[in-house]
Amino acid sequence: MHMSDALISPAVGGTMWVAAAGLVGYSARKMRHCLDSSRVPLMGVMGAFVFAAQMVNFTIPGTGSSGHLGGGLLLAILLGPSAGLITIASILTVQAMLFADGGLLALGSNIINMGFFPCFIAYPLVYLPLVGKKPGRGRIAIAATLAAVLGLQLGALGVVTETTMSGIADLPFAKFLLLMLPIHLAIGLVEGLATTAVVSFVWQARPDVLELADSPGDGRGRLGSVAVCLLVAAIVTGGVVSWFASTRPDGLEWSVAGVTGKAELAESTDGLHGALKRAQERTALLPDYDFAKTQEPARGGQAPAPEESSLGQWFAPSAGTTVSGLLGGGITLILVFLIGWALRRRAASAPSA
Amino acid sequence: MADIDSRMAEIGWLDRLASRDTPLHRIDPRAKLLTTLAFIVAVLSYGKYQLAPLMPLAIYPAVLIALGDVPLKFIARKLLIVSPFAIFVGLFNPLLDRQTMLTVGPLEISGGWVSYASILMRFVLTVSATLALVAGTGIHNVCRGLERLGVPSVFTVQVLLLYRYLFVLVNEGARMSRARALRSAGSRGMGLRVLGAMLGSLLLRTLDRAQRVHAAMCCRGFDGHVRTIEALRLRARDAAFLVGWLGVLALLRAFDLAGLLGAIATGGGR
Repeated sequence: MHMSDALISPAVGGTMWVAAAGLVGYSARKMRHCLDSSRVPLMGVMGAFVFAAQMVNFTIPGTGSSGHLGGGLLLAILLGPSAGLITIASILTVQAMLFADGGLLALGSNIINMGFFPCFIAYPLVYLPLVGKKPGRGRIAIAATLAAVLGLQLGALGVVTETTMSGIADLPFAKFLLLMLPIHLAIGLVEGLATTAVVSFVWQARPDVLELADSPGDGRGRLGSVAVCLLVAAIVTGGVVSWFASTRPDGLEWSVAGVTGKAELAESTDGLHGALKRAQERTALLPDYDFAKTQEPARGGQAPAPEESSLGQWFAPSAGTTVSGLLGGGITLILVFLIGWALRRRAASAPSA
Repeated sequence: MADIDSRMAEIGWLDRLASRDTPLHRIDPRAKLLTTLAFIVAVLSYGKYQLAPLMPLAIYPAVLIALGDVPLKFIARKLLIVSPFAIFVGLFNPLLDRQTMLTVGPLEISGGWVSYASILMRFVLTVSATLALVAGTGIHNVCRGLERLGVPSVFTVQVLLLYRYLFVLVNEGARMSRARALRSAGSRGMGLRVLGAMLGSLLLRTLDRAQRVHAAMCCRGFDGHVRTIEALRLRARDAAFLVGWLGVLALLRAFDLAGLLGAIATGGGR
């Protein structure tokens, strides 16, 4: 479920970053209030525990396949929402930096999708009320399973929403959702089973451990509403920003044009009337491509037969520019490679000289 | 998701790369972090059908890789094994968007393929820049940089501790898993009950370990901050790195170098 940088737009990624930064800051402040300094190593080691737990597979009942613990909900249950969120965020940061699993700009979205939903929605609103004051085996099983499923469904919804709002992938919202939700229902059930197994073992062996999370004022009532407000704010901001970005097909491009007075550098190198025509195409190329293209999938899957030819004609000249652009891109890639190679040669020879 | 055993080996490799001393390592982590973030934003700010204009941006990861003397094999391997999410979701683009966008001789290329190629290009650019950053900085310095940039120290200390205990606990998990696999003759004992008992006891051991770690840290005067001997200073070179790259990125973003070169090439060829 890790989103990578390639599929998100700066507007969406930036918005989610702001939301995630706010959430981490909020949790960190919360932690500082109730900081018993033994929590610091506890959280660090628990984060590492989640990686270790993923080493241990188990057979999923009723199927031949195997699964492993994801750990988000387990961390929320064992550490409480604030510490759980920070631990998950640190896991995601390590994954993004060391495994390149999920991008740096996508880190905000990933923290929201995989940290916020289990810690601040599923845990306080589903797990805690269902488990109640006196947990038992059955209660833990039901609560953990429902909370895990809800957390992962919301996370999947987040992935789909953020991807669709970014507009890089063509998969329409509804279809993407239909693809993601059932998969994550299955993953959620597995996660619920594994979380139940671990929590009920701990509950029998060392029930005091489960009380670690229940530091006063953490995770109930007010916190939930704050979290929901944050989320709503993020979604509204994200919606507004990406709506704005989509009316201006490319926000940065548009602002650059505003500053320099032209969309791109118009090349006057080749003669004939080409220069003028090209300049005209250039200015039309970027916004219209986007605009025409985004309208096209909205008509559904039917082949746009009648318009094909006229659109084809329309696009033909600019397609030519794109081919030459690709050629130019190839040239720059070769140049880049040469520069890198030369730099490396220099760097390699410098210490020995 | 790639198998975690091989991933741990990869981290070991990354750690070795990060502990060297190259021109890239000597640049302040804050400058590198901010530049890389600006680079990622620049890459992602292009429209979905823009492929060629992205290519000149490859200069940034290329220079990082060269300055940091990061083996290309390392980056290439990571790119191949990394999460397939973008590759998978992007694969729907060619299926859904079949309108012909450009023709190269008899070949008609649909908009979907162009946008898919653009997604893959973004993927390669952002992932290689991130990996080069970490390989040329090290997670400790990244965390120090983050802390100086205003990230709460609770969070950075957490990342550092997680990183420190990652190897210990993953090895423990791997040992448990191997021991069980050897005793379970294929299927017995692979079920949920055993999982609960195994992970539960690993968890309890982990909690005890956390207590010991905490006691040890307290003995050594830990107060919630990780101190380093070497202070982080932003020197002229670091400022030049940051400002220079921001300038280059802005220029590349404003002027389509690829289109320009292409026009010159095709114009000259005609």
